[in-house]
Amino acid sequence: MIECSHLSKHFGPVKAVDDLSFTAQQGQVLGFLGPNGAGKSTTMKMITGYLPATSGQIKVCGIDLAEDPLAVKNKIGYLPEGAPSYQEMNVGSFLQFIARMRNIPASSQQSAVDSVVARLNLNHVYYQKIDTLSKGFKRRVGLAQAIIHDPEVLIMDEPTDGLDPNQKHQVRELITTMSKNKTIVLSTHILEEVHAVCDRAIIIANGVIVADSTPNEMEVMSRYHHAVSFVADLDTILLNKIKNMDCVRDVTYSARLKETTVFPTQGLFIFDEISSLLKQEGIQVTSLKMEAGRLDEVFRNITKPVQNKEVHR
Amino acid sequence: MNHISAIVRRELHSYFATPIAYVFIVIFLVMSGVFAFYFGHLYERGQADLLPFFNYHPWLYLFLVPAVAMRLWSEERNQGNIELLMTLPVKRLAWVIGKFLAAWLFVGIALVLTFPVVVSINYLGDPDNGVIVASYLGSFLLAGGFLAIGSCLSAATKNQVIAFILTVVICFLFLLSGFPMVLAFFNLFLPQFMVDVIASTSFLTHYASITKGVLDLGDFSYFALTIGVWLYATAVVLEMKKGD
Repeated sequence: MIECSHLSKHFGPVKAVDDLSFTAQQGQVLGFLGPNGAGKSTTMKMITGYLPATSGQIKVCGIDLAEDPLAVKNKIGYLPEGAPSYQEMNVGSFLQFIARMRNIPASSQQSAVDSVVARLNLNHVYYQKIDTLSKGFKRRVGLAQAIIHDPEVLIMDEPTDGLDPNQKHQVRELITTMSKNKTIVLSTHILEEVHAVCDRAIIIANGVIVADSTPNEMEVMSRYHHAVSFVADLDTILLNKIKNMDCVRDVTYSARLKETTVFPTQGLFIFDEISSLLKQEGIQVTSLKMEAGRLDEVFRNITKPVQNKEVHR
Repeated sequence: MNHISAIVRRELHSYFATPIAYVFIVIFLVMSGVFAFYFGHLYERGQADLLPFFNYHPWLYLFLVPAVAMRLWSEERNQGNIELLMTLPVKRLAWVIGKFLAAWLFVGIALVLTFPVVVSINYLGDPDNGVIVASYLGSFLLAGGFLAIGSCLSAATKNQVIAFILTVVICFLFLLSGFPMVLAFFNLFLPQFMVDVIASTSFLTHYASITKGVLDLGDFSYFALTIGVWLYATAVVLEMKKGD
């Protein structure tokens, strides 16, 4: 469990993190979202004890970071941004070194290394130098060092950044399987990831929390929530007809994709109306779907500076 | 202790996993030979001692030791490893001491590899081997002093070139303050005890007295204190510079 209360970090006059408070529970995967420079990494660096907070309190598993930093560091596994490691070492000896530094008893060091090597499929590169590895493998080595001591709290700064879709999938599966008995905090730019792994998302902008809810709740905030999209040849008359329906707030049409998106009036469910209308008019539809909501749109809307926010009608 | 020994082993291993170790050792051995025999006329002097060999060590270290020290922390910061190191449950001072000891041992290995000079001089004549052992000890301590200074300056910057140049300059000042010419200059306008104070801060003064075979506790504690102070400063600088 992680408890942060009134956390602030100032770099000179710049307030990187400003009075941030949140609690992450055990068994929860918490996603930190936010534009670059929003304060995500800084917050993580403070929780892991790398950067001292300007003010505020951090408790990890009930231990105050300021009182006993080493005990807190013992509880945390951390994957820093870019997964740094000793490039000239081979994978096996790097993990053994970390195991020693992590105070794992000498008798169980090798089994700890073997277990993470197996979980992250590092067997083939065990004797390979880290700087000869691909980006995906380097990231996995970084993850391996973070979980080698089976930490109660796992903090990852952009764990899937730069990985190919297969590797991303693998890392996400790993996170999901580990999440049952750990507190996991991860930061990401990739919004689909929030859906894939996070139970809860916190959006940070300019060092302040601007949203804190589940991914599904966030989708409800989207203009696209329950919008209906279909691909078909449409003429302007029909388009206007749809636009003038009572339950419709707006319609957009992409000529390139021949895709029409119909936005419902707040909170309405219009799938049936639209589909029966299309049937009535005898339109050939190649695809018809209802949207859950688009996180990227919600994200852009709440992290944008106030003056140019899109106005919801 | 467990942490320190793990750090020392890892660091030493990394010296020999990269070309640094081989380049350093070869250059050190060649240069120390060139200085001793060519400039120091070790052979032509016709005396069975290694004074010409040890006399050039401070000047050799002045460029070679900062080259070893510059990467101690700059590299970690540059590669982002420092964030990993500082979030492991290990005391900061353990890192500072571990990395320093590894670098010191490494220079020590290079120093031990100069043993053919000792063998030769014993073959040629009948030197005072006690003085030679003391001189090796002095040379090792001198390297430790330079390394501790380099460690601190390396912690202060991400840039290895800056760390190198600053270390050379500071080490040079510490050497210079014992140089007879400099002391004679101060003697012109300063009372003798002030000159002695300046001389006593110098690596050269203490090194020279050890290489003469005088084993004075003061000289040893001077080096121990210098190393301790600069290593402590390294830990402080690391804490201060973490944010950037």
